[in-house]
Amino acid sequence: MAYLFATEDEQRQMLDAIGVDSIEDLFDMIPESIRRQTELELPPALTELELDQRLRTALTSAQASTGVCFMGGGAYDHFIPATVDEICSRGEFYTAYTPYQAEASQGTLQAFFEFQSLIAELTGLDVANASLYEGASALAEAILMAMRCTRREKRVVVAGTLHPEYRQTVQTYLKYLQCELVETETVDGVADWQRATSLINNETAAVVVQHPNFFGCLEDVAEVVAQAHRAGALAIQVFDPSSLGILKRPADYGVDIAVAEGQSLGIPLQYGGPYLGLMACREEFVRRMPGRLIGQTTDNQGRRAFVLNLQTREQHIRRDKATSNICTNQGLMALRAAVYLAQLGPHGFRELGELCCRKANYAAEQLTAAGVGSLAFPRSFFKEFVLNCHRPVAELVERAARAGFQVGPRLSQFPSLHNSLDNCLLIAVTEKRTREEIDLLVAALAG
Amino acid sequence: MENRIAVRLLQEQGVPGRRATTFPECDVPGPELDALIGRQHLATAPCDLPELAEGDIIRHFVSLSQRNMSVDTHFYPLGSCTMKYNPKRHERWAGLSGLIDVHPYAEDSRIQGLLGMLYEMQEMLGEIAGLPAVSLHPAAGAHGEFAALLTAQAYFASRGEHRTKVIFPASAHGTNPASASMAGFECVQLKPSANGFVNLEDLKQQLGPDVAVFMVTNPNTLGLFEGDIQEISRLLHEVGGLVYIDGANMNAILGKTRPGDFGGDMMHYNVHKTFTGPHGAGGPGAGPIAVRDFLADFLPGPVIERRLNGQGEPEYRLKTPARSVGRLRSFLGNIGILLRGYFYIRTLGARGLREASEHAVLNANYLLARLSDVLSVPHGQRCMHEFVASATSLKSRGLSAMDIAKRLLDYGFHAPTVYFPLVVPEAIMIEPTETESKATLDSFIETIRTIIAEDADFLHRAPYTTPVCRPDEVKAAREPILIYCPCAAPETEESPLGEVPAHASV
Repeated sequence: MAYLFATEDEQRQMLDAIGVDSIEDLFDMIPESIRRQTELELPPALTELELDQRLRTALTSAQASTGVCFMGGGAYDHFIPATVDEICSRGEFYTAYTPYQAEASQGTLQAFFEFQSLIAELTGLDVANASLYEGASALAEAILMAMRCTRREKRVVVAGTLHPEYRQTVQTYLKYLQCELVETETVDGVADWQRATSLINNETAAVVVQHPNFFGCLEDVAEVVAQAHRAGALAIQVFDPSSLGILKRPADYGVDIAVAEGQSLGIPLQYGGPYLGLMACREEFVRRMPGRLIGQTTDNQGRRAFVLNLQTREQHIRRDKATSNICTNQGLMALRAAVYLAQLGPHGFRELGELCCRKANYAAEQLTAAGVGSLAFPRSFFKEFVLNCHRPVAELVERAARAGFQVGPRLSQFPSLHNSLDNCLLIAVTEKRTREEIDLLVAALAG
Repeated sequence: MENRIAVRLLQEQGVPGRRATTFPECDVPGPELDALIGRQHLATAPCDLPELAEGDIIRHFVSLSQRNMSVDTHFYPLGSCTMKYNPKRHERWAGLSGLIDVHPYAEDSRIQGLLGMLYEMQEMLGEIAGLPAVSLHPAAGAHGEFAALLTAQAYFASRGEHRTKVIFPASAHGTNPASASMAGFECVQLKPSANGFVNLEDLKQQLGPDVAVFMVTNPNTLGLFEGDIQEISRLLHEVGGLVYIDGANMNAILGKTRPGDFGGDMMHYNVHKTFTGPHGAGGPGAGPIAVRDFLADFLPGPVIERRLNGQGEPEYRLKTPARSVGRLRSFLGNIGILLRGYFYIRTLGARGLREASEHAVLNANYLLARLSDVLSVPHGQRCMHEFVASATSLKSRGLSAMDIAKRLLDYGFHAPTVYFPLVVPEAIMIEPTETESKATLDSFIETIRTIIAEDADFLHRAPYTTPVCRPDEVKAAREPILIYCPCAAPETEESPLGEVPAHASV
């Protein structure tokens, strides 16, 4: 009886106090005709020891080792300091809930306030919310927010170099809202903003650019912002937080709303989630922002206190007129990011960006020099790049795996990308990868 | 005893020159950064983060954690949230290699163990729901609602039907109308009924060929099982509509009845509630959805498919359903949370799940029975896993639900949910869950009785033992301070310990 307390004797006392004979009597409210008389058909219960043994077998010995990770495409193998795990494994944080009772949740509330402050500092923008689910849905929410801010609901322009899964997510969110999603052309791995001018008109709510983009390349964000603002649209940037130690911040370009996948900030890969949606914006838009916002105030004795703020935007009050249906944030993941950013500080953050960039460039250089492939887009990139493979891509993935490495994703798995990219691989290099690992990968693929 | 230095804001503790994490020297040759990245892209100044030592960080966050109530430390009867015990074994297993370190684009063939578990999770969730087709994709309960409503849109579109309305009862969670509105539907809220159940008469009047979905939480947010649910489902199906079950309250009915058995066509689970997520201070959750077979092709995805290879062994792979409404996020889903749910179901098995619901209902009814002489419970003498009491009877003494909630914190109990659902004035929504002992419940009952007997003025100023008391929310909203600003440092930082009344300590 995992996790239960009541002994038979206690059950008896409780049933007597209620005034019924049996627990079954308590289920009288469920009509007999739909009450089950048999157990569910589920696998048998397992003790902690049994399940422990099974899980270790299923995940390790019966499963190929995952290998040293050179994979990218929106999730990356970054280093996670021990303090992040230590703090986030405290039950006082992870077994608490949404801080509805401010007095009983000052720890959580202050940590989220600090998180908001850190994300605002990182992006240079005025405000950040307490997080959204993950990157792609954060972008979709940013677009809905831009539609509210501009009162334009008919058109959104996105760079063709946006992560394909982000574009699909936005497409799903807009599917039944009569909003047209228009994509720019791609030239040499970046969006063609010159030819995009005709796409951005006075019905356009938002122009979206990912920088660094899905292929790792750097976009002309200043041009995007200029074109968006000329048409009265908002400029939205999908950014990579790990790049901001070395690259300009979204606010430096004049971006209105910045969103990101925050997985790089101390969150393990864990096959795609839970991750962390980041959103920051200019102050004038804050009341149209989705998601939790924590605010500072004072209590009845003048002490600093933190509360859930501007809740009149939210679903539990505004219902169908709410800024979003979101009713939680990614609390524990936001806490991870806060601890991570505190650990790195400005200098660690710069070192992180520089290491990723230099190592990725070294890897690209070595892979092309060894004849494994050529750069699909020979231009500057941050921490990942597209390798146009000289052998069938499946063969390279297999060779890498045999040598204990994982590379990818293969671009052929994204049907929306041009088929000229079908024999291409994304390769990402984080600060964790050593020169030795890079050299061994090159040798394995070139051999 | 609190360390007041450590709980200052991170931003106030930074000292230029302090460091925590440092990285190794760059071990690859090659050009410097400014030769790799054009000047127009490079930051001109380091980012504006606080500079801290590792010891600062640990002491800060550990001190903050001690300013929280949590399931690990306190009884947390927050209605509608199912704050049950979060097993520690789950945390260990969620950190196992082969799960924690798997990249979302790992090749299917290399992660068969993990995919096999996720497939089994789909199957188990389908069985518990009585709705066989499952998508693990949505990130949270509200995301699941949205996903299911889009699935319904895609289904109706495939039949050439244009249905515009989503109906829900007055007691619905706010997410229901918000999700419906995001999915492009028009929202129709039924009039409340006197007995707390779905207003059948009003429902009948609203039904017609333009109705797409009826959304209902069952048991509902008053903790009552909608006994007319089969009739409701029949009415909906008669006009070609679908029935959506908000699975927020599944903890009451595991193994006792199933949404699919009582007419539901679609539902979401809140894995952080029913399958003990945990709640993570407000997320992350996971909101898998289960639907009837005829909706399977429209599910958002990817989903996990099982097939037999040449040797007759099972193989698992990701697959997007044939006429999928699309993707609602990047990657597959919140795997780390879904697998904690998987660990829970595998630990309890069918009987354990049923007993969990039975004990949740037993505990709730015990509290109801023993509190109903001091708090009125407008909707009946019996409940499922939770009930909604009302503090209106205390109004004559000038007491509110909020006063009781705040004072409970002083006695070491987290407050119940207050002022929800909106249909009950001065609502106090209590959900004990199954993982609490009779001794804890008895202590809670005695405490409520003690509080009600306390002086009203005294209660208005509660709580007394928490780090802050009754923060000014109006001020927070009027002049929002949403990020750290040195100009907004507090006027008084010291806690006036001397002012705690002698009888406030418990």
